[in-house]
Amino acid sequence: MGAYAYLAPTSVEEALSTLAAEAAAGNRAQMLAGGTDVMVQMRSIDKGPRTFVDVKHVAEANELHIGDDEVFIGAGIASAVLNENAELKGILPGLIEAADLIGSTQIQGRATIGGNLCNSSPAGDTIPALIACGAVCVIASPGGNREVPTEDFVTGVGTNVLEPTEFLIGFRIPRPKGRTSDAYLRFIPRTEMDIAVCGAGVALTLDESGVCTAAKVSIGAVAITALVVPGAAAALVGTAVDDQALAAAADASSALSKPITDKRGTVEYRRKVVGVLTKRAGAIARDRALAL
Amino acid sequence: MSKVHVLTSINGDAVEFLCEPHQSLLEVLRDELGLTGTKEGCATGDCGACSVMIDERLVCSCLMLGVEAEGVEVTTIEGIAGADGLHVIQQKYLEHAALQCGICTPGFIVATKALLDKNPDPDETTIRYWLAGNLCRCTGYDKIVRAVQDAAQSLAYEA
Repeated sequence: MGAYAYLAPTSVEEALSTLAAEAAAGNRAQMLAGGTDVMVQMRSIDKGPRTFVDVKHVAEANELHIGDDEVFIGAGIASAVLNENAELKGILPGLIEAADLIGSTQIQGRATIGGNLCNSSPAGDTIPALIACGAVCVIASPGGNREVPTEDFVTGVGTNVLEPTEFLIGFRIPRPKGRTSDAYLRFIPRTEMDIAVCGAGVALTLDESGVCTAAKVSIGAVAITALVVPGAAAALVGTAVDDQALAAAADASSALSKPITDKRGTVEYRRKVVGVLTKRAGAIARDRALAL
Repeated sequence: MSKVHVLTSINGDAVEFLCEPHQSLLEVLRDELGLTGTKEGCATGDCGACSVMIDERLVCSCLMLGVEAEGVEVTTIEGIAGADGLHVIQQKYLEHAALQCGICTPGFIVATKALLDKNPDPDETTIRYWLAGNLCRCTGYDKIVRAVQDAAQSLAYEA
């Protein structure tokens, strides 16, 4: 029977040695970002003692860097901070709108996209948005940093590729070039504060004549993990992202989805709606790219 | 289990306390420090009754560990009124009868303060979205929204 403890390392090195020491002592360590999932789980489904290792004081996890070729978003940065950054919102509107959809003002002040990914819920709103914009997870590991594309990070419901001695530092995201933009939509039965029935993230690039040259589509809450939909991307590339192409992308998302029936919706309903969201998110991403 | 020593600032005063590593800030405020103005509603971050400001950012104190208060500035409902009486926001909640049972009211008032500090002239949609994380089962919200609008006008007039 272990005990609860709380540690707040200030560097990646210190955090890694903390995790290693806890593992060696046979203690369970849990990284803590905003805590908006962890605190609820600690009082309900997972009451076991553990050592909280707070990522919010790790310098590297608080970095937000908008470079010419790449954006880095630290795993410890609250959604509200991202949403208040007008430059970031202009560059990655789809990712930021996904982060902004999660929870109330109070939740936004604490919750992080890193925590959303590490919680690894099938319905995490930022996960399809991260996948669509090509985010790569930077993971601190005892042997040095390793990188994993976001689509390969989550392995099942609540599980992911992190070892007990590793943690997520942040995300490397290619800075969108030219007429490149993204969008994320989710469906919930009310206007605020609910968990996705399904969601769709689309990132695409248009050439000077408005023809799509690259696209990535990801859908959420319709399988045990967020899915990449290569067929939807293929339906958009080479087109002007017109109604016909969007309808084909919608069909590809619906066909690939493997939803379950629960209180938020049936298999049939989710399958249809995830197609509709793909179509609409695609149109928004297209219009954003055209406006660049 | 050993308690952790935490040094923080609450409503402008330096405060030290000891708490268990897994105690929420809400539990620390109420049970260790006797600041019972902050209420527990759901304890899952859905209702906003436990809203406080951390370094001027609105959060649910039930979703934060007490130990995370180290080195930050906490503002609770007890820090809203001035020495000479109620804050305008509190006065307007009273005038508009924007409360009935009152359990949600401290959270609403702290959330309103956080909103008006950031945006002194919010429109109704902004107010309603900002307060979407505060639940009230009595008033139907309209009186609360009117109170916030009136408080914003009064504060603008004072400024």
